[in-house]
Amino acid sequence: MAYDYEKSIRPGKLPHIWCPGCGHGIVMKGLIRAMDTCELDRAKTSIVSGIGCASRLPGYLDACTLHTAHGRAAAFATGVKLADPEMTVIVCGGDGDGTAIGGNHFIHACRRNIDMTYVVMNNYIYGMTGGQFSPCTPTGAKASTTPYGNPDPIFDISKLAIGAGATFVARTTAAHPREIDKLIVQGIKHKGMAVIEVLDDCPTTYGRRNKFRSVVDMMKELKKNAVPAKAAAKMTAEQLQGKFLTGVLFQDTEKPEYCEMYQEVINKAQGA
Amino acid sequence: MSGARLEVIERNCKGCSICVEFCPKNVLEMDVFLVTVPRPEDCIKCMQCELLCPDFAIKVHDE
Repeated sequence: MAYDYEKSIRPGKLPHIWCPGCGHGIVMKGLIRAMDTCELDRAKTSIVSGIGCASRLPGYLDACTLHTAHGRAAAFATGVKLADPEMTVIVCGGDGDGTAIGGNHFIHACRRNIDMTYVVMNNYIYGMTGGQFSPCTPTGAKASTTPYGNPDPIFDISKLAIGAGATFVARTTAAHPREIDKLIVQGIKHKGMAVIEVLDDCPTTYGRRNKFRSVVDMMKELKKNAVPAKAAAKMTAEQLQGKFLTGVLFQDTEKPEYCEMYQEVINKAQGA
Repeated sequence: MSGARLEVIERNCKGCSICVEFCPKNVLEMDVFLVTVPRPEDCIKCMQCELLCPDFAIKVHDE
């Protein structure tokens, strides 16, 4: 009954460094369950990350892991996948790492439709460096660098990924743990770029500046505002004000995958 | 329903109280910074505490 997560975690690594109540731990559990469901051979699974709280995740997992430069996770992952297309490549990162510093790498990995699964843990803020606002910090929210409220409009990571050309885009929250592993499994099985955006909570740098009394309030807020994409089709724009859609938002199985296209180039160059 | 044993791994628990708040049967309680299990006989094995614990600190065992 109790799930054996410990067999997937490097010995002696727990307790992890994340703050009390941080949603990244919930996502890590979901990722472990998803990897077990897909029966991934850990020697043929590469988990790549950049820098940030969320990017600490691969350090705990017993698989082939790569902790790279800030924002460059997608670029390194592209290299891993091209060098060995048999590898299952999973990228983990936060909203700042993925859409600000690594924004370019992120959209171009989506454009190429290379076969990888990108798990973006969107906690609305740069947690590790002290709570600076990120492109996903909601308009009006307070961060350490926007004490009077953030004037910037936000990046919608899922819409960005769809626009850039990713062929599997889904969104869920840390308050829906069973959906996390369900969507990551679909992402791993999908041939092409899969982006799974997981909205989670940062009680330490975001919650306490934005009138969330505790981590539980943040989790309840996530639960309250999540609307499954199917249910949203029957709702009016007024009812959807301030809500976000969850579940599979976009899937395209037609678009060619990058490694296969590149293999054709290799074949042509070798005169086959 | 009975037959559940809840194991709290004290070394991992950081006392965020997510499990206490999301337990539908009020099985768990906070003891300052640590989770305790005062009413294990009420557990319905919904697994919410184990799934939502970010710190790998609580496990629901079948007895």
